[in-house]
Amino acid sequence: MAKVLVVTSGKGGVGKTTSTAALGGALAQGGDKVCVIDFDVGLRNLDLVMGAERRVVFDLINVVQGDAKLSQALIRDKRLENLSLLPASQTRDKDALTEEGVARVLNDLREKFDWIVCDSPAGIERGATLAMRHADVAVVVTNPEVSSVRDSDRIIGLLDSKTEKAEKGERIEKHLLLTRYDQARAERGEMLKKEDVLEILSIPLLGIIPESEEVLRASNVGSPVTLNNPNSGPARAYFDAVRRLKGESVEMMIPSDKKGLFGKLFGRRAA
Amino acid sequence: MNLMSFFNRRTSAPVARERLQILLAHERGIVGGKSDLLAQLREEILAVVGKHLSIERDNVQVKMNRGADLSTLEIEVELPGPEVVRV
Repeated sequence: MAKVLVVTSGKGGVGKTTSTAALGGALAQGGDKVCVIDFDVGLRNLDLVMGAERRVVFDLINVVQGDAKLSQALIRDKRLENLSLLPASQTRDKDALTEEGVARVLNDLREKFDWIVCDSPAGIERGATLAMRHADVAVVVTNPEVSSVRDSDRIIGLLDSKTEKAEKGERIEKHLLLTRYDQARAERGEMLKKEDVLEILSIPLLGIIPESEEVLRASNVGSPVTLNNPNSGPARAYFDAVRRLKGESVEMMIPSDKKGLFGKLFGRRAA
Repeated sequence: MNLMSFFNRRTSAPVARERLQILLAHERGIVGGKSDLLAQLREEILAVVGKHLSIERDNVQVKMNRGADLSTLEIEVELPGPEVVRV
């Protein structure tokens, strides 16, 4: 049975798109059939982060409106054949997305894939509510920073009231993904600790993604960080998160980037 | 910068935590946010007190403050003045 997962946050710039690409990548690297969908109509970026920006022909709105078949719009990843992308429209109006249309596309995707990962736009407007509307599972991406935590709290409220599951009286599964975490700063009292964020938001923790240069390095070259450098701290944290998502119990760690002797000597790499 | 402020300078996270806790306790009440606990408590208190006294909806306030060491639930029910009771 396919699962629809929404990656959401309220606040922009906290790592939704990065996390969508990395979670989608990690799920696909584990052998599952995965489709990632960009819901950010007008400001699409998942295509760029996944390195598929030059292969976009049709998009989600084309499919919703019946101008293109799903199979025409899906872009198969060049590195992983079981990973596909459904891009957002860059030019159309976001009102072109209808609830029924989105539901129809998701139902079609459910037959083809094991996981459908929806990259929500920031905010709490239509695009964000449509992205979460039909989800079975929500991953709330939060930075250890006051405005991000506040907005996540608001999004959790929406997940509990505005989703299809919530309206049917069922509970939507919610997980916290703490990103850009700097353990040293948290320990020095300069940054909210994971315990602080967990206590305030009170949803289970899916993973802690450490602040790392590897995230930018991966997006620079258009690759999910789990593919670009599977041994990096963030990649290992995303792999652990995916195992927890699938019900495994994995000890919570904050993996750091391992530096070899060369890296230690010279500090940074060129590429 | 004196010596105290030098040592206090770095621990801003507890301030962030406390500000968030106060703010969200307030916002959850208004937006009907994540936990409907407070709204539910308010409705039930209204119903129970309403059986015995006539009270205005707006005169029942339920507030929750979660702190690190101590959490409190504050319930304020404002009763009508004597002139209202006579009517």
